[in-house]
Parts: sequence; structure tokens; C-alpha cells
Amino acid sequence: MDDTSKTKQTALHSLHIELGAKMVPFAGYDMPVQYPAGIMKEHLHTREAVGLFDVSHMGQVIISGDGTDKAIETLIPGDIQALKPGQMRYSFLTNEAGGILDDLIVTQREDDLFVVVNADCKEQDIKILTDGLAGMATVTELNDRALVALQGPKAVDILKKFNPAVADMPFMTFRELDILGVPCFITRSGYTGEDGFEISIPNEKAVEISQAFLSEDGVEPIGLGARDSLRLEAGLCLYGHDLTDKITPVSGGLLWAISKRRREEGGFPGADVILEQIANKPDVKRVGILPEGRAPAREHTEIADMDGNIVGEVTSGGFSPSLQKPIAMGYVPLALSAVGTDIQLVVRGKFKAAKVVKMPFVEQRYYRG
Amino acid sequence: MSIKFTKDHEWVSIDGDIATVGISDYAQEQLGDVVFVEVPDVGRDLSKGDELAVVESVKAASEVYAPISGEVIEVNSELEDAPSKVNEDAFGEGWFAKIKFSNADETAEMMDEDAYKTYIEGLS
Repeated sequence: MDDTSKTKQTALHSLHIELGAKMVPFAGYDMPVQYPAGIMKEHLHTREAVGLFDVSHMGQVIISGDGTDKAIETLIPGDIQALKPGQMRYSFLTNEAGGILDDLIVTQREDDLFVVVNADCKEQDIKILTDGLAGMATVTELNDRALVALQGPKAVDILKKFNPAVADMPFMTFRELDILGVPCFITRSGYTGEDGFEISIPNEKAVEISQAFLSEDGVEPIGLGARDSLRLEAGLCLYGHDLTDKITPVSGGLLWAISKRRREEGGFPGADVILEQIANKPDVKRVGILPEGRAPAREHTEIADMDGNIVGEVTSGGFSPSLQKPIAMGYVPLALSAVGTDIQLVVRGKFKAAKVVKMPFVEQRYYRG
Repeated sequence: MSIKFTKDHEWVSIDGDIATVGISDYAQEQLGDVVFVEVPDVGRDLSKGDELAVVESVKAASEVYAPISGEVIEVNSELEDAPSKVNEDAFGEGWFAKIKFSNADETAEMMDEDAYKTYIEGLS
């Protein structure tokens, strides 16, 4: 941020300061990158117990109107018509070239859609949705709500103390339930690979509810630093890095998010490009990468074949606290994308051995019911 | 033997014409958990300000610059397997390299411990 005076604050800002967080500008917000425990401990704690994350910087949007599910399918390749109330789906806005403009989560509620988008893309997405659905649906950003995530193998044990109904919710479902008497939007979802929940809370109750979570045994606050290392271990993409407007869902390995019906019918931006790539394979593919040795290969590290030709780039890379070794993901030509392929990484001018590996790096532990 | 500090948060311990170099406690705290340290090759000639080492935390890589010109005569190879020594014992087992320095004048602009303390207080 060049102008910190314009940096926005979430409803939990004062709590972060009170907890001793190190604050950094992120997507226009002053956000906690870590608390005094540090990224390593915060990461491992989330894998063992429960982490509380403030993700209020993300955009929460309601789309309402008759036939909204059908209308939104003109903007995203997700199968929204197939969703029953209470079900949710990962999808993405695409452009005419088949590139990804943002990834998002769409939840079918009784009478409308609840959509969560990336902080950095909020304005763009709301404009695309508003313009694209003009005359068909109303798009409203929920500026009055905070969003927190409770993530980890014991998240359900904590949250069910506040409302026992959450225990039966399968992964990727939504319910509107009271927490401490406050109506909240609760989804069983997250960005860590662990079981967990995201909870949308009216701003004025966000601190009270977060403090109540933190007062439970085993719940610790977790910053954006560990959020990033957790999602990388889980093999999950970060928009703007692993996914961009130049990358198609086919290259990005996100075909699982485009149903058979949507592939047959098309009708979303860039459908011709995407369907052609499905039929004939993309030129490049996103892969997991395990560097040899301990040196992390960061974003933008060049990827070379065994002859030393530069063939691609790391899009996310760091050190895995769970595995205690570096991990990365990046794009390579299709011919080098098979699991087990030997590649090289150019780290500070030196070629270092690495291998294409299967993702996730750490097993996902979602609750399927 | 005296210990001196640079504005870039390195410490330099001088013994004769040998300078042992590491990063300060303040620096390791700012970096967070150190997961990898790339130390220079023994025998390398460094000018003051050259890249001496790279310290990687979970989140990011940071360069450490040579606080003094000279030849690298020894490096802390223990850091390869135990980079967390930088966090645990920044002034001791977390040292990076020993430099046989060529120009003692370069230590003149470094700070003593009290001056460094005042310097970091001014940063927060």
C-alpha cells in the first residue's frame, strides 16, 4: 500500500491488536500476518487442534431474483442449477479467452445465492455480476458482516458447543444458525485442507463471538502467513498467483468444478476455449513440486527441464511446516506434468533437483458425513 | 574481542583480524521461524555490502549482506540441518560465517550494543 491512510480495517481489527498480531497491508486491509506464536506454531496448531482466522476482507455477496441460479451460469462454469438449498460449490468467473477472473464459492440458500469472493477481486467481481445479471438479479455486497474461519480437526467439537446442529453438516453445506443468540451464516468449508467452518457474523457481534471461540481450550488465533502455508500443503490455489486471467480451469487442474452438463451445454464466457482444451489437452498444467534439499523455491522461481531449458514458473512455494521440507506448485508443459517427472528449479542462479508430485501435500480431512 | 552491530541488524564479533558474523536477536524475531540458511562458499572474497547469506522463514527469503570486506574462512555448516539455531541462539550457535577482514576501518561506523539498542528502539 502506498497510502496506508486508505487501508481498511475489519471488524476484528482491535482484537488482532489486543492479541499482539503483526499487522500488514493485504488486499487493501490491515490484516494480521501472524500472532506472537509465529507462523510455524500457528500452522501446526491448526493441523492438531483449532485455528481461528479472520477472513472478513473477503467479499460476501447476496444475489437475489427469480432464476438467479440459471442466470449466474452465464458468468461461471459451475453447475449452480444442480444445487439444492444449503449446498455450495467452488467455481470461478471466466473471461472470453477462458482465463480465470476470480475463484469463488457459491451457496444456494432458500431464496437467493450467497457468494464469497476474493478480497483483491471484490470490486471487479461485483461489477461483473451486477452488469452480467442486470435485469435478472440484484447483487448486494454485505459490508455489515465479518467472516471468520474455525479450522482444524477439533473445530467441530468447539463449534457444536455453541450450536449442536453444526455437527451433522457435511463438507460444502450451509446453514443459518444462531451462535450466542446471533444469527450467523455457517458453512462447513475452509482453506486449510482440514475439517472446519466459515462463519459470517454481523460486524457488531464479531469481536464478542470470536473472543468466545478463543476462550475455548485448543483455539488459537491464526494469521495470514499460516493460512498461506496451510492452503499450499492442501494443494489449494491462491488467486492472483496460481490462477490468473491467463490461466484456464483446464490448465489449473480445476475440471472437477465443471460438471458434465456444463461441459455439454457450454454457455459461459470462454466456453469454446475451455471445451477445446478439455478435448485436446492444455499446453501447460499446474503440478505439485517437491524440491530436493531444504531450500524453498518461492513464487516466480524458474522451472527447467533436465536439459536446462526454462519451461515454466513456480506460482506458490514455501516451506511446509507439517512435512518440514519445501513444497511448491507451478506450471509446466504437459509433457513434464506426470507425477514422478524430474525437473529442475533455478534458485538464486543455481539449478536444483526437484520432482513433480501428487497434490495435496498433506491429506485433506474434510467431513463428508 | 568486541561485538558490534550494523544498521542491517548483523552482529560482528571481532577477534584479531577475524570477524564472526550473524544476525541480531531483533532480526531473527522479525524474520520468524528460520527454515533454511544459505551460507557462502569458504574461500569467497566479499566486499562490504555483497550478499553474504540468505535466510528463509516460512513466509519469505531475506538477504544478509557482508558487514565487512574480506575472505570467508569458515561457515556454520550446522545451519544446514538446524536452521532454527538462528532463532534459538542468534549470538551463539546461530552464527553464519567467519571473515578474515582486510579493512579494519569498516568496523568504525558500526554500533556498540548500547547504540544498537537505541537504534532498534527508534524503529518501532
